[in-house]
Amino acid sequence: MINQIVEYLRNADPLIQMSAVAAVLTLLGIIFALTYFKKWGWLWREWITTVDHKKIGIMYLICALLMLFRGGVDALLMRTQLAFPNMNFLDSQHYNEIFSTHGTIMILFVAMPLIFAMMNIAVPLQIGARDVAFPFLNAVSFWLFFFGALLFNLSFILGGSPDAGWVSYPPLAELSHSPGPGINYYVLSLQISGIGSIATGINFIVTILKMRAPGMTLMKMPLFCWSVLASCIVIIFAFPALTVALALLGMDRIFGTHFFTMLHGGNPMMYVNLFWVWGHPEVYIAILPVYGILSEVVSTFSRKRIFGYKSMVASLMLISVISYFVWVHHFFTMGAGPGVNSFFAVASMAVGIPTGVKVFNWLFTMFRGRIRLTLPMLWSLTFIPCFAVGGATGIMLASAPADYQFHNSYFVIAHFHQTLIGGAVFGLLAGMYYWWPKMFGFKLNETLGKWAFWFFNIGFYVCFMPQYALGFMGMTRRVYTYPAETGWGTLNFVSTIGAYLMGIGFLFIVVQILYSIRYGERDTTGDPWDGRTLEWSLPSPVPHYNFAQIPTVNERDAWWEMKQQRKEGILPPTKEPLKPIHMPNNSSLPFFMGLAFFVAGFGLVFNQFIIATVGLIGVVVCMLWRSLEKDTGHWISVDEIKQMEAS
Amino acid sequence: MMNKEHLSKKTFPWAHVIGYVGSIVLTVLALWFTVKAPLSQGSIITILLALAILQILIQLIFFMHITESRGPAYHSIAIALGFLFTFAVVAGSLWVMTFNSQVQ
Repeated sequence: MINQIVEYLRNADPLIQMSAVAAVLTLLGIIFALTYFKKWGWLWREWITTVDHKKIGIMYLICALLMLFRGGVDALLMRTQLAFPNMNFLDSQHYNEIFSTHGTIMILFVAMPLIFAMMNIAVPLQIGARDVAFPFLNAVSFWLFFFGALLFNLSFILGGSPDAGWVSYPPLAELSHSPGPGINYYVLSLQISGIGSIATGINFIVTILKMRAPGMTLMKMPLFCWSVLASCIVIIFAFPALTVALALLGMDRIFGTHFFTMLHGGNPMMYVNLFWVWGHPEVYIAILPVYGILSEVVSTFSRKRIFGYKSMVASLMLISVISYFVWVHHFFTMGAGPGVNSFFAVASMAVGIPTGVKVFNWLFTMFRGRIRLTLPMLWSLTFIPCFAVGGATGIMLASAPADYQFHNSYFVIAHFHQTLIGGAVFGLLAGMYYWWPKMFGFKLNETLGKWAFWFFNIGFYVCFMPQYALGFMGMTRRVYTYPAETGWGTLNFVSTIGAYLMGIGFLFIVVQILYSIRYGERDTTGDPWDGRTLEWSLPSPVPHYNFAQIPTVNERDAWWEMKQQRKEGILPPTKEPLKPIHMPNNSSLPFFMGLAFFVAGFGLVFNQFIIATVGLIGVVVCMLWRSLEKDTGHWISVDEIKQMEAS
Repeated sequence: MMNKEHLSKKTFPWAHVIGYVGSIVLTVLALWFTVKAPLSQGSIITILLALAILQILIQLIFFMHITESRGPAYHSIAIALGFLFTFAVVAGSLWVMTFNSQVQ
């Protein structure tokens, strides 16, 4: 194994060698800083062992932003290689590795954790709960995600990155065509973080169904919680398909089975089928919570109730079910008959109906509202046209005969970036800006945020609009270079400029965060946006027990109603005296469980079964330890609560 | 419900033992039918399907507490959705992959 790694690093591209050095230096720098400022204990007690949903949410957010940087650098490297015909910046192998990791990272290690960050931060606060249903499991989920992402990112300096696309189709992903450890990294890191995702799905379904404050019936629940419920339903039914597909591919590669190899009755098409049974619902997993965020943001900053609440709920639930009947539109050209293609084409288009309902509801909410153009609102406003265009090109692709033309072209690339950036990323940034004061107790600087907004938005259109045209001109995806005679040079160059503009936009966000940590406007009221839902009734940042007293809910926008009543002179009923609060204990087990999974995964990547066994034994030991542990949590006394509430 | 929970802690977990033994018996039976039974392929598949359905019922009743509930029975909606999605994946995949029989 060590020989393999040394050999790989010696022969690697200078770019990879430099990043290996940079990674080691960064690691040393972090270790030095933590030691110098004596922060190890703080890191361990306050963050690594925490089971507090707000802190776990913040850790998800930080990891997602770091991964966004990594995935963004991948994107810029690709666009640089494609800027001119016959470029020699990256070789074909390096380019293959970069587009594979770009896709995987952006979907699984940026979009997913950003969604989990928003869920963790907002859901328990919005439903008036003290924590999620299973706080320990929540920490396990985070550490599985963290170590999965770590394993994936190690690949490019230890042995070679996956290079068969983010979908890793066999036979390309089989041992016969990709003998190195790259695809093993892909299989195992996705498997590990996937377990965490399923656990999060279960956790939040139970939290939403079982832990709402008294009086909050399902139809009085904020729309973000509804959207998280819809998304979690898709998670728990879709991720098992990925687990199975990856397990079979992993067995093919590591243990020499023939599920997808065409030998002994294997069939690679079954992988494609199983992958998209998960893969298409996955994009709804990413977009559904964004619908919820948008509903919250649009109604808060229009100072109006959301228009058509019930139709919003119905459309969320409909999308979560229909999303399960569309997966074949990713491989219309595989050879299935016209019956199959027609069914899945119609099902795909049917998703457009509930989505259209939502868009109109947002527009009607804004109609005659008192709109404030804050950062969350700006991102939400640009979401709507961007996502609408993405949806329209999606309908074009969902038409099976037309798809034979678009298939594997840059048109597809432009379409899914439009839905995933214009949809998921814009919406999640809106959510990040919206809940940032709640997380950290200060607002982000608006001016720098607007610079980021415009750079990113203009960059987005400059980058992806030419790609639609390139698709029509016959440029296929995953080409690493092209001759000048194709005439694709100009549009590719424009597209690359757009990518760099988006990169500058991201840098502005980084600067904005760093600047605002120091100079950002402090949020002393806990309600900086004049919000409508319960999380804004709490101080920012929220004490770790959330609510000193669990509120009683009578109306849909509970906090807004409470404020209105107070304005009309109706005082809230006298509160009952404070009672001691029961909270779960911190635990280091989730961290060690993640670490054990990481060791097992790393062993399997290099077929080192001794290391893998050690890791798996570690997993079992952690589970046994937890089963036999008598952890009943702890009580916070009334005095402590009074102290916390007064400060 | 609280009482029931209380009781189940004190008494011997018979439900789990019955479920465990039942699922093992069903699994062994399935193995025996596929490996040893002198039957046609069609009837073996039918028997396996019946055994699988019994297996699902055992899992749901003895291990997943389908018959117990505190408050609204959300879990029955979840189970219904589960069946719908399982049907979609299994039947859909069979349908999607039928072209394969024409190719070979």
